[in-house]
Amino acid sequence: MAVDSVTNLGRSGVYDWMVQRVSAYVLALYTLFLFGFMLTTDVDYEAWAGLFSQTWFRMFSLGTLLALGGHAWVGLWTVSTDYIKATLPRFLVQAACGTVMFVYVVWGIQILWGL
Amino acid sequence: MLVSLYRYNPETDSAPYMQDVEVEIPEGRDLMVLDVLSMLKERDPSVAYRRSCREGVCGSDGMNMNGRNGLACITPVSDVLKNNKLVLRPLPGLPVIRDLVVDMNIFYRQYESIKPYLINNSPEPAIERLQSPEDREKLDGLYECILCACCSTACPSFWWNPDKFVGPAGLLQAYRFLADSRDTAQDERLSDLDDPFSVFRCRGIMNCVSVCPKGLNPTRAIGHIRNLLLQRAT
Repeated sequence: MAVDSVTNLGRSGVYDWMVQRVSAYVLALYTLFLFGFMLTTDVDYEAWAGLFSQTWFRMFSLGTLLALGGHAWVGLWTVSTDYIKATLPRFLVQAACGTVMFVYVVWGIQILWGL
Repeated sequence: MLVSLYRYNPETDSAPYMQDVEVEIPEGRDLMVLDVLSMLKERDPSVAYRRSCREGVCGSDGMNMNGRNGLACITPVSDVLKNNKLVLRPLPGLPVIRDLVVDMNIFYRQYESIKPYLINNSPEPAIERLQSPEDREKLDGLYECILCACCSTACPSFWWNPDKFVGPAGLLQAYRFLADSRDTAQDERLSDLDDPFSVFRCRGIMNCVSVCPKGLNPTRAIGHIRNLLLQRAT
């Protein structure tokens, strides 16, 4: 008997599972890149601005931000359905998490493209 | 040896309590935990627990011994004893009926949900549905499950969502039928499992593997189910 759910990311377990795994790789790649950049470059304003002025890095950053949003949604949705049994508080927590992630993504676009 | 026994009789007790009993184990001998329970029951016939075959085949006497699930009949006291103390509790996460006897309905309901029987609507052959030795080998490590519930009741995901997450025992059996070359309902079976709870609540912590008294590996079976779902969806 399949369990119905309308609040998880993809309405399907295998979809959420894949989002979680793929986004984890993106996040790991971005983190490793930033570490590498900081170790190999003398990071000052010029270097930092130079890195973020390149389109490929803005895309990489936006992709990471979206991956973070998806990853966090799947993870926090799981935590909230494990531990918050009453529907209203659970829905409110999920709504709060969703709002924060949405704000981060929009804000991130604004920062990356200097809008 | 001090035995601390979980006692609860809903007709007389307002809440469960732990009863401490001193038990002498004969010098130079090791007993199974079930033997200790028999000794306790001789002294106090009101002690309630399930048991049947007393040799690890029927799966009736699953319980929590010093924090670890297992079958009392095949667990030597020396294996679980800590500081000369043995704490016996019912399987965690299931409603207690009395003392060590738990209500296993929700566990069986999850087992039922995976349709634990061969589905094949093609006309039956005269004698039996044949299977190659290689295909038969794929069922090894799956069919041996005795449904003692030690694994599912050691699983936090099953504790939090016993109504939605099938649990390791049910999923091991789900894979037993998914892997059966004679079964023709693989697609329907997978459709029933492809939701965010039934399979994917497994976080792979492998408590099920570490407690299984038959040495089975539900986590591996769950991984196989996940791969089947992934292959079907990509």
